[in-house]
Amino acid sequence: MTAISISNGAAMANTTSNQVTTKEVASNNEVVAINEVTKQESSHIGLQVRSFFKWILPPMFGILMLLAIWTLISHQTPSLPGPLKTWHSAVELFSDPFYDHGPNDKGVGWNILASLQRVALGFGLAALVGIPMGFIIGRFEFVARMCAPVISLLRPVSPLAWLPIGLLVFKAANPAAIWVIFISAVWPMIINTAVGVSKVPQDYMNVAKVLNLSEWKIVTKILFPFVLPYMMTGVRLSIGVAWLVIVAAEMLTGGVGIGFWVWDEWNNLNVEHIIIAIFVVGIVGLLLEFVLTQIAKRFSYE
Amino acid sequence: MEKVEKANAERYVQLENVDMTFTTKKGAFNALKKINLSIKEGEFISIIGHSGCGKSTVLNLIAGLLQPTEGLLFCAGREISGPGPERAVVFQNHSLLPWLTCFENVYLAVERVFGSRHGSETRESKAQLEARTHAAIELVGLSHSKDKRPNEISGGMKQRVGIARALAMEPKVLLLDEPFGALDALTRANLQDELMKIMAKSGCTAVMVTHDVDEAILLSDRVVMMTNGPSAGIGEILEVNLGRPRARLALAEDSDYNHLRSEVLRFLYERHAQKAA
Repeated sequence: MTAISISNGAAMANTTSNQVTTKEVASNNEVVAINEVTKQESSHIGLQVRSFFKWILPPMFGILMLLAIWTLISHQTPSLPGPLKTWHSAVELFSDPFYDHGPNDKGVGWNILASLQRVALGFGLAALVGIPMGFIIGRFEFVARMCAPVISLLRPVSPLAWLPIGLLVFKAANPAAIWVIFISAVWPMIINTAVGVSKVPQDYMNVAKVLNLSEWKIVTKILFPFVLPYMMTGVRLSIGVAWLVIVAAEMLTGGVGIGFWVWDEWNNLNVEHIIIAIFVVGIVGLLLEFVLTQIAKRFSYE
Repeated sequence: MEKVEKANAERYVQLENVDMTFTTKKGAFNALKKINLSIKEGEFISIIGHSGCGKSTVLNLIAGLLQPTEGLLFCAGREISGPGPERAVVFQNHSLLPWLTCFENVYLAVERVFGSRHGSETRESKAQLEARTHAAIELVGLSHSKDKRPNEISGGMKQRVGIARALAMEPKVLLLDEPFGALDALTRANLQDELMKIMAKSGCTAVMVTHDVDEAILLSDRVVMMTNGPSAGIGEILEVNLGRPRARLALAEDSDYNHLRSEVLRFLYERHAQKAA
């Protein structure tokens, strides 16, 4: 008995001495740690700078490469202006983007706005038709099977093939262009919305059934929130297609618009402006995509 | 008249010769064969069996989510023709809507049941509906996180919300489909204790599907043991004659409890052992 207690006591003493040493070590460690913190902070800033460069360098290289290839080609082809010449022309052009010298000579700003307006109209109509249709197709098997052959048949048709039909029906260039935007933008919205609706987990639908929710509540409380991310994918694809198609459509229909402007500058043999138009179309498309991505993020429930 | 009502109370939920055959890609699959079961009003029934024996199918049939291929189901003297709020379901994976807060999830159910006119009953005001929702969330002890979304709370809390949603509808029958299956042992024990208290208070009829022997005996008045599928049926029904309230720790040493427990185990692992999967 005593032996045990003695050995216990020894063990106790051991642990206390152990504690003391660990404390000393700890305080030593603290000093080291403080030194390390300052070191780490400076290295942290270094890390940030490094990661920033890692993030910015590849795209910079990409753009530089594009400019280099462009310069090289422009040297080989004298009729193609180089980056510098185009830049000067762009500065001049954008110094007064909103002049108006009659119907065939408007500033680039007006042309962009005219195109955007057409896209907005065509795209808006496509959303108005495509999203509800996607919901109906996704919700009712019968309608899905009914629409499947029609969609498969019409979806791969080149948007511009619809232009003559538009011209014939609407007897005017502007509605025909909007029609082309509509018909090319409507498919991604229908399909993505329908896919979203068909992917609603059976669990949620069981909840709806057990709660005996009305069709309206099912749509607003279950389907719509679930489908929203899918729908936004469709919307993003649609706006991309719409902006892609507008240039081609306007080349054919004429009037005011970025597509027609490109064609007009081609007739004037103003190649700098054509290149500028290419950049403008690209940048506007990028901005549209960015805005929609931000909206999609806002509406995501996760 | 009184006799009829008494008969109804004795056979509150009634399954008569229920057959369930699913049509699959490989052809017809007979899941359930000749199921006959009567559940008394206020009774707590557990359905236990190996996985794939069709115990969830029985629950879904009572819920009205499935229609039997043959046979009839009744609840409170009426034939079950589809899902309805008088038979609330607590789903295994909680099935809360992730874009709604806990409060909103429960409110959705409350609004549907009490916010619309049913026959002579008048619809309740928004304040009354909200009070009901608060009460249900209070009952499962989640008032502090009622404004959180399901992905911000733990699995146990989600299942509590699922229970609150079901109870808030004041159902005639509460159907629980492996309600605690996805939870860790400690949380499960906690929720079982709470469910016992809640059921004692509300006195509503309950049917629970489980694969946990202790859970089945602890909670139920009767344990329905199912044979293995295909063509599964009811093998035995075990009466759990343990007094209430039941305390988990006291029961662990109770000889009756242990006897019941070994009965169920014997059924599951001797007479109806599942062939190696």
